[in-house]
Amino acid sequence: MKIEISKMLQKKKKQIIDLWMKNQLADAGLREDLMSNDELRVQSEELVDALLKRLNEENLADIDSSDFDEIYEILGGISITRARQGFSPRETGVYIFSLKDALLEILQQEFKNDATQLYNATIKVGKLIDNFGIVTFETFIKGREEVILRQTDEITEISTPVIRVWDGILALPIIGTLDSARTQVVMENLLQEIVNTGSSIAILDISGVPAVDSLVAQHLIKTVSATRLMGAECIISGIRPEIAQTVVHLGIDLSNIVTKATLASALKYAFSILQLEVRKKQSNSVKI
Amino acid sequence: MEKIPILRMGQFLLVTIQVDLYDRLALNLEADLVQMVSKTGARGVLIDISAVSIVDSFMGRIIGNIANMSKIMDAETVVVGMQPAVAITLIELGLPLTGVHTALDVEKGMELLRNKILVDGPENDGDDDDNASDSAE
Amino acid sequence: MDRRTMATMTTTPVTVLNKDSMLIVKEQDVVPFRNRVKEYATKIGMGLVNQTKLITAASELVRNMLRYGGGGNTLIEVVSKGRENGIRLTFSDKGPGIANIEMAMKDGFTTGKSLGLGLPGTKRLVSEFDIKSKPGEGTTVMIIKWKNG
Repeated sequence: MKIEISKMLQKKKKQIIDLWMKNQLADAGLREDLMSNDELRVQSEELVDALLKRLNEENLADIDSSDFDEIYEILGGISITRARQGFSPRETGVYIFSLKDALLEILQQEFKNDATQLYNATIKVGKLIDNFGIVTFETFIKGREEVILRQTDEITEISTPVIRVWDGILALPIIGTLDSARTQVVMENLLQEIVNTGSSIAILDISGVPAVDSLVAQHLIKTVSATRLMGAECIISGIRPEIAQTVVHLGIDLSNIVTKATLASALKYAFSILQLEVRKKQSNSVKI
Repeated sequence: MEKIPILRMGQFLLVTIQVDLYDRLALNLEADLVQMVSKTGARGVLIDISAVSIVDSFMGRIIGNIANMSKIMDAETVVVGMQPAVAITLIELGLPLTGVHTALDVEKGMELLRNKILVDGPENDGDDDDNASDSAE
Repeated sequence: MDRRTMATMTTTPVTVLNKDSMLIVKEQDVVPFRNRVKEYATKIGMGLVNQTKLITAASELVRNMLRYGGGGNTLIEVVSKGRENGIRLTFSDKGPGIANIEMAMKDGFTTGKSLGLGLPGTKRLVSEFDIKSKPGEGTTVMIIKWKNG
């Protein structure tokens, strides 16, 4: 007589949950500090409930079946909330895989006289639960990725401030490596600020750039050329001796760009272009 | 056929491009401008592209042409008001428009033209100064 | 649903969400075409700089199609890949085709009266670039610009 695995499991729902809970509570790794046993039971019941409701003979063998979408959503939720509560990915994984132990135990009781059927059922259930485990890991990693992406955005945002140092003069200190994505942000911010303030001189300070290779130099030249197209002049300052050395050794031609060793000398140069003069105020007492 | 108006302001010609350029329109502008420079003896051409959202290689080439043609007719060309996105795109495209003078807005462009003409003016013959100012950019 | 998109990412790289096509036969069609591209790019929230790069690239390719292929058909598609959205443009003409694509993709190469930075310059403006051509049968160029690319 052939018993339908899904039907059989559905009938044993109460037993499955009890067994799963028993296994979990007996486990040495149980984290009562993070989640109460009642909560754990609610979570576990919800999952088993959803699983058994969806399960039938066809989709048992087909882990890609769209019948499981709801379960994957629940699993995703479990993975994310558990990660927030402080569970390690391993603990979440063990939680899901302990359901397999419970299911297999039930199968064993049911099919103890039919080795072939037990074998088939074990394979199918095992595959399904393994896949559930993978989903929780994927969701966990995806959550992490989102955090990283958001932080990357934030870093690019805060790491390229455009400072108005004088009427008509902007300064942009670049800290860190200049890759093409960053250059794009730097260029956009700088050019937009030139429009907003009507500044005709921009100083790009690269004191905080660890190394200038030909690619970085190319990005710098691009930024300078774009600034020029807008009708403003771009000075590069903060050329450290090491940078001067590598630039020349690599044969990079910066001769069309105004470069200064320090931000101060760049500012001085900018003043002279704008025909401004900064003088020490003569105090009355020290008149010569 | 549409035409882009060319205004005369003293020694200068002022062109404000307010429409999206297509190739024929740009070519006509090139021809009209050169005609006008010759007819009026203008010393400077100011092209305001602040309303232009797309400059591709063809239009970039037309702008370069206008500058070069005016130059041999003794008129300087200044392009003003290029939008940041347009500037970034032109650089990426590989078109830095090196022979063209630029300024942020019409006012600064006018000032630049006046200075160029002063340097170039009748009191000195200008050849040396001209070269010097070009190589400085 | 999450697992599903992840699985599809590796097998089918790009899904089409929306499409539109436009016939380009004369120079005056170029401006409306550019506007149409802009409309779609704005709709998916593409930033101004990337929009400008995309439209400029489109402008170059449409000109090539008019000049060398005698006009042709354009396809505007909103596509997605993983978490990225983008615009895909396809330009197909039934012109003479390009005999040596490798040459045509080199900076400074031209057969017509232009600067010769059309194709390589255009490639630099977009995220993905693909050109197929058969001499005597025509040329198809496909570009994708991702929203944040």
